[in-house]
Amino acid sequence: MEFFRNTNIDFLGKKWYFLVFSLVFSVAGLLSMAFWHGIPLGVDFRGGTLVYVKYAHTPDPSAIHDEIERAGLKNARVQRYGQVGNNEVLIALDIQETSEQALDNGKTKIIQALETRAVGGKQDLNNSSSLGIKKWLVEKDPLHVGSSPEANNRYTAAAQSVVDYRDKNKGGVLSSVDDLNGAADPAVVGSLKENYFTSDFGIRNVEIVGPQVGQQLRKQAVLATLYSLLGMLIYLALRFEWIYGVAAVLTVFHDTLITVGAFSLLNWEISLTVIAAILTLIGYSNNDTIVVFDRIRENIKLLRRDSLADIVNRSINQTLSRTILTAGLTFLTVLALFLFGGEVLHGFSFALVIGILIGTYSSIAIAAPILVAYQQWRGEKGKAPLAMPLRPGTGLKPKAKEKVKA
Amino acid sequence: MNKNLGWKLTVIVAILLVFLFGIFGVPKDWSGKGMIAAITDRIHLGLDLRGGTHLILQVQVNDAVNVDSDNAIARLKEDMRTRKINYADITKPDPVNHPDMIVIKGVTPDQSADFKNIVADRLPDYSANSGTENSFTVAMKGQNLADLKNRAVAQAIETIRNRIDALGVSEPVIQEHGLGQYQILVQLPGVDDPGRVKEIMQSTAMLEIKQSLGGPYASEQAALQEKGGVLPPDAVLMQGKSIGSRNGESGEEWFLISRASAVTGRDLRTADPTTDENGQPAVRFILTSEGGRKFYTFTSAHVGDNLAVVLDNRVQEVAVIKEAIRDTGTINGRFTQQATQDLSMTLRSGALPAGIKYLEERTVGPSLGADSIRSGVRAAMVGMLAVLIFMLVYYRWAGVNADIALILNLVILLGFMGYFGAVLTLPGIAGVILTVGMGVDSNVLIFERIREELRNGKTPPSAVDQGFSHAWITIVDTHVTTIVSAAILFLFGTGPVKGFATTLVFGLAANLFTAVFVSRVIFDWVLSRKQRGEALSI
Repeated sequence: MEFFRNTNIDFLGKKWYFLVFSLVFSVAGLLSMAFWHGIPLGVDFRGGTLVYVKYAHTPDPSAIHDEIERAGLKNARVQRYGQVGNNEVLIALDIQETSEQALDNGKTKIIQALETRAVGGKQDLNNSSSLGIKKWLVEKDPLHVGSSPEANNRYTAAAQSVVDYRDKNKGGVLSSVDDLNGAADPAVVGSLKENYFTSDFGIRNVEIVGPQVGQQLRKQAVLATLYSLLGMLIYLALRFEWIYGVAAVLTVFHDTLITVGAFSLLNWEISLTVIAAILTLIGYSNNDTIVVFDRIRENIKLLRRDSLADIVNRSINQTLSRTILTAGLTFLTVLALFLFGGEVLHGFSFALVIGILIGTYSSIAIAAPILVAYQQWRGEKGKAPLAMPLRPGTGLKPKAKEKVKA
Repeated sequence: MNKNLGWKLTVIVAILLVFLFGIFGVPKDWSGKGMIAAITDRIHLGLDLRGGTHLILQVQVNDAVNVDSDNAIARLKEDMRTRKINYADITKPDPVNHPDMIVIKGVTPDQSADFKNIVADRLPDYSANSGTENSFTVAMKGQNLADLKNRAVAQAIETIRNRIDALGVSEPVIQEHGLGQYQILVQLPGVDDPGRVKEIMQSTAMLEIKQSLGGPYASEQAALQEKGGVLPPDAVLMQGKSIGSRNGESGEEWFLISRASAVTGRDLRTADPTTDENGQPAVRFILTSEGGRKFYTFTSAHVGDNLAVVLDNRVQEVAVIKEAIRDTGTINGRFTQQATQDLSMTLRSGALPAGIKYLEERTVGPSLGADSIRSGVRAAMVGMLAVLIFMLVYYRWAGVNADIALILNLVILLGFMGYFGAVLTLPGIAGVILTVGMGVDSNVLIFERIREELRNGKTPPSAVDQGFSHAWITIVDTHVTTIVSAAILFLFGTGPVKGFATTLVFGLAANLFTAVFVSRVIFDWVLSRKQRGEALSI
């Protein structure tokens, strides 16, 4: 089976179409960053509080919002999260509500506000930890085992099994303490009933980032991206010729810009894992570019009489099959992530989905034309056209094997 | 040729076995459950997959500096008194921004040399600079100040570790967080109740035994009034529960307490719950020999004076010093049995040398972690399967070759993680999936090249040879650049992102071996069984 055989497409002849295409997307992204959504930063970079709540029934975001407002928390954002059947909501508080003096103030207030079923003097079993449950059991000693270390272990295990049952079998929310019948010792259940009620929700996940950390992470993300680009520039300048490095970095920058632009246009938040995805895509897009560059370098040695434009075109065509196949296969795996990887990885896999499409396109449509454009510019300035000996001494020496081939 | 091939195959099988051991170790039982248990025993799951608490906190190192400079002031005063150096005033002008700076005013010029000698002899960490109008600025030397701050962080880490250990959390991570100044990273797998953890960690139990200079007063104003509106510079007002409230009535009282401490929690050897003479729960402490000596000097000089036990800047108890005390004492106060146990534990584990401030808190509930594993593994399976099937369809027998290389790649990657104790996070699973996608790239690169060479009329053996040698250069270039960006991710990333970078680097390294070496060996093996001129299935 073979998709591409001896293609001969004039990619460089279409460079103006490519330019327009790239410009449209970059400028759209830039405009959105400047005037519309800005760069939507996630809680990692902005600071703030996120609480993920799972309900036993279909949640009503506006009612939840009202309850939280009544508790004195302004500007809370409440939205449905994940698949509809999961009954999850995400409650977000701004950095103003996330003071560093009491980082988890907002969280505590949210939980209090949501406890609409609270029973005086009792605790919420759905939002209790095994440590708390164990403490209660040790105090009450429903199994009458005394207070020896073994008894302590026994209650630790009992508390853990209650929590495990709640989280693993019941998805984090028990509808009543009686749910535990059969899963725990009847005496334990009876004792728990004295002190616990069950609310209609459970906290799944909490993220609280203070302003200092947010700033720190922001700086780090920018630095990591810049160093990554710099590392590539240096490596390529050493392995090839500096213009290759510049072309590759410009290409990758183009990819990053369009990906971030897509996040801005869609107003999706950029989190720490999205940055990881962008760095991966930098690596991936570069991968693609290098494959084409390697072929150009090889062909320059073989076809010294042809113009650079012809060589570049030929190289792209020769590697086209590999480019499309790899892109397709990587895309397949990333698509699997996007579709099945769950809500937590959505931003991450989305960045990769976009990035792989753009990265593949750019290695053909951006990187190679930059090389040719540079050479033409040199020619116009009256300098010797780069027949790409580029590196005196290394480029011109045909290897023994190549001779055999020719 | 054949002998060579056999040797290479042995290497491959040996590596396969080594890395399989890396993944599974020697499982206790060979059922599905036992295997999964064996894997999770060797490859640790990150917080985001198993649930747990992640905290970043900052040590308020200036607290520790303030304690040091307060003690320096006390020493200076004592020494100036014994050497009869007169001075008008000794203060700390800026305890917030320059907690180590002490200003002494009104030292007569003829005594200034004496004064400098005292500082040089008695406070080696400090240096004195003369200022205007017979004043001196005594400040800590830069290196000593930095050391003190770093020591405070190290000690805080040690203390927090002791306390967390007492909680019985398995595999906690407590380490300096290199990204910000004086920050500590605390990761507690399986703990989804940060409240309780913070309670234990933050119960700073900063024990200080100080001289009580006056009180009790009913309020801050009352105390100020009695002192004529100005507090002595070496004393502060501290609050405490009124002593009379033992029988239930609660009230707050104020005491005038000296800034310098006779002994602190650092001088403690041990502390245990006990009961006092009235049968009330109390905590008994024993001082170290150095602490005991200090305490003895202090108490023998202050018989008849009041002594205050200060815990976390609250007065717990004030008692008259009846006689010189050497190394044992009790802390009374309206404690419950549980409170004396907690307090003894925190005292034993050592006091935090400085306050802490929370900068970040993340909790992942175990139910979310379980969901994440499920969807992550499902995505990995689907992605992997799709790639494997595609390679078979597109490259036929050579596809089998690629698939073997890919699976081996995965085995080596997971084996690496098992050996290095690397942590698998959700983005890490994504890294595994991405490795599959990118790992297949090397195979595609090679196969396409072989096809091209075959089209150009080469014989299968020479096409395979050319394909590998040409693709090799490209593969090195692409791998190095990707490893560069992954390494930068590892250096800069935190938690989950680091997990992603780890799997990516291991995966790429494994890929260099499998896609190039293993794949080549399989090709050679296939070629060695073919007749000369027979076509290659690719």
